[in-house]
Amino acid sequence: MKILVCIKQVPDSAQIRVHPVTNTIMRQGVPTIINPYDLFSLEEALKLRDKFGGEVTVLTMGPPMAENALRKTLAIGADRAILLTDRFFAGADTLATTYALAQAIRKIQKTWGDLDLVFTGKQTIDGDTAQVGPGVAKRLDLLQLTYVSKIVEADAEKREVVIERRAEGGTQVLKTKMPCLIAMLEGTNEVRRGSISDSLRAARAEIITWSAKDAEIEDLTKCGLKGSPTIVKKVFAPTPRTERAAFVEPGKTAGESADAILEAIFKRHPALKEDMTKLASGF
Amino acid sequence: AKKELPEHFRGYKHVWVFVELERGVVHPVSWELLGAGRKLADQLKVDLAAVVLGAPGEGTRNAIQEAFYHGADLAYLVEDPILSDYRNEPFSKAVTQLVNTHKPEILLLGATTLGRDLAGSVATTLLTGLTADCTELAVDGDGSLAATRPTFGGSLLCTIYTLNYRPQMATVRPRQLPTPARDATRTGRVVEFKPDLDEDKIITKLLKFIPDRESAKSNLAFADVVVAGGLGLQSAENYQLVRNLASVLGAEFGGSRPLVQKGWITSDRQIGQTGKTIRPKLYIAAGISGAIQHRVGVEGADCIVAINTDKNAPIFDFAHVGIVTDAIRLLPALTEAFRQRLSPENADRLAG
Ligand SMILES: Cc1cc2nc3c(=O)[nH]c(=O)nc-3n(C[C@H](O)[C@H](O)[C@H](O)COP(=O)(O)OP(=O)(O)OC[C@H]3O[C@@H](n4cnc5c(N)ncnc54)[C@H](O)[C@@H]3O)c2cc1C
Ligand SMILES: Cc1cc2nc3c(=O)[nH]c(=O)nc-3n(C[C@H](O)[C@H](O)[C@H](O)COP(=O)(O)OP(=O)(O)OC[C@H]3O[C@@H](n4cnc5c(N)ncnc54)[C@H](O)[C@@H]3O)c2cc1C
Repeated sequence: MKILVCIKQVPDSAQIRVHPVTNTIMRQGVPTIINPYDLFSLEEALKLRDKFGGEVTVLTMGPPMAENALRKTLAIGADRAILLTDRFFAGADTLATTYALAQAIRKIQKTWGDLDLVFTGKQTIDGDTAQVGPGVAKRLDLLQLTYVSKIVEADAEKREVVIERRAEGGTQVLKTKMPCLIAMLEGTNEVRRGSISDSLRAARAEIITWSAKDAEIEDLTKCGLKGSPTIVKKVFAPTPRTERAAFVEPGKTAGESADAILEAIFKRHPALKEDMTKLASGF
Repeated sequence: AKKELPEHFRGYKHVWVFVELERGVVHPVSWELLGAGRKLADQLKVDLAAVVLGAPGEGTRNAIQEAFYHGADLAYLVEDPILSDYRNEPFSKAVTQLVNTHKPEILLLGATTLGRDLAGSVATTLLTGLTADCTELAVDGDGSLAATRPTFGGSLLCTIYTLNYRPQMATVRPRQLPTPARDATRTGRVVEFKPDLDEDKIITKLLKFIPDRESAKSNLAFADVVVAGGLGLQSAENYQLVRNLASVLGAEFGGSRPLVQKGWITSDRQIGQTGKTIRPKLYIAAGISGAIQHRVGVEGADCIVAINTDKNAPIFDFAHVGIVTDAIRLLPALTEAFRQRLSPENADRLAG
């Protein structure tokens, strides 16, 4: 089975700080990681390869330092890694991103043969739009399966895939044809650590680096900032509430404190009392 | 920057809201979007249209009726058995054809699993801009849609425009915007649309739909009262105090993200940026510090009560009522006080 996994290198958001005075994002020194959601898709791709044979290629579009993320995927067990990097890609919104990724995927198929499956993560932790998967699928005319909680069956012979998908209020069991694009839900598998031989291989492996030209991307006006219909007009800090909480003085006992809080709530929102009485009595 | 809008986009008019109808049930985010859409349409002096896709039947007819009650002037109706369950192929095809035929200037969808799956496909097919997970929508001086969304986990906001393409598309998270008042005297007109759909040509088939178990469903997002706990509760056993209070109040219970990571609560009960957005009348937060990622999920609450031992905890910056005390000691007393105040005649039964 020939499988492609799209990954993105993202800042470790747990460590992002906003400058208290200028309200700008302090990116310096913030470590980057593989977008955590992408790892669940990578793991699923590796499982399918281990079962059916074939190869897993990983693709990212990003700055040269995104090579680190790709190398990590090789250490986890991917077979080939491609970095799509060019100044023309800078400032891409999701539409421009999917154009470049789709072109690169076409080139990958031309070079190494047609793909059976393409994986993306559910969403990223920085842009967080969840739009790149559906966009890539549409541009390559792939059937699309998002929020997948389980791959029930993938039959390379019959070219059929059966999956379970999270929907509002329940789970859909869907059957479709390869090639298709799958975005796994988080927590649906245990991401492997990778073997020692894989990490030795990864340390020395060549990361294939493509410019726009290498990927045979002809229309540069569809890339990067130029090719982005969305325009970020301003970035600003949320207006803080000016008034702080009305503090209730704790009483001598917990009971007194509790009574004081109830007083404060119902004084502030007299209507709440009736609503809550109904709710509490189970209406 | 804004150029003169290309000639072929000048005919794009009116505000559309995609009404998310699945298995005969409308996702309430659709009404929230109609509320926001109504304001945009009034400002632009154009119509507000609901886009309703579904199988022929009562559910679909009801959805249209309710869309009028919630502010729509007209409804585009695509009725076809193919549309009874959501599948990307027929839905994206139908919406794209509808847009190309009737040309809206703004198209809004919910940022739900369905809405996100659909919006990305539609925007890519139409080659237009799509702003994700907006918290605020407005029309600026020259009539462009200003879509504001949080970035970097809510610590900053950014306003995004799609100036030179149509329609301007955006998704909005459920419970981010208020539900408009329902007015059952309102009516509107229905425009039927028959896209080119053929089950034989649709490759993806639904084999089964497994509804969530009723008991497993949390109704956090739509609850009137929510009680939540944080790491300040110190143990899974103490978290039970939150559940006890919630039970007396007939409320839903939830918590901050670390509680999910520790396994004290399930992930569908996480409140905040990467969990649920809530808009209850009353929100009680016990032992929660009030990090920005938590804050963005609860700011729509009418009354926020915070219990925290640290008077400098950030939660006091956006709570309405605060008390600096040990939540583990206070919660049982609070539970008892509410029990007595709200339903004295039931006190014995509830105590059992
Ligand atoms: C604060 C902020 C807000 C933004 N808001 C918007 C917006 O509203 N609309 C818009 O169109 N753009 C927006 N962008 C731009 C957008 O983030 C970029 O286009 C980004 O390249 C892809 O989007 P994403 O991070 O949301 O990915 P998602 O769509 O969330 O990613 C889904 C999956 O696609 C794959 N993927 C994503 N990016 C890449 C990549 N570069 N290489 C390989 N695979 C990838 C991964 O598998 C990922 O898990 C925003 C950017 C920022 C920083
Ligand atoms: C990308 C990203 C997404 C995130 N998404 C979310 C999200 O959706 N939801 C979310 O909640 N968090 C989210 N977080 C985590 C968030 O940043 C905070 O870490 C988290 O909300 C803190 O949880 P807490 O308030 O329970 O714990 P803490 O920050 O540890 O706070 C505990 C509080 O309890 C108080 N306390 C201690 N003992 C007592 C006592 N006996 N009685 C009363 N008070 C006491 C302390 O003073 C303190 O204020 C996210 C983080 C990231 C990086």
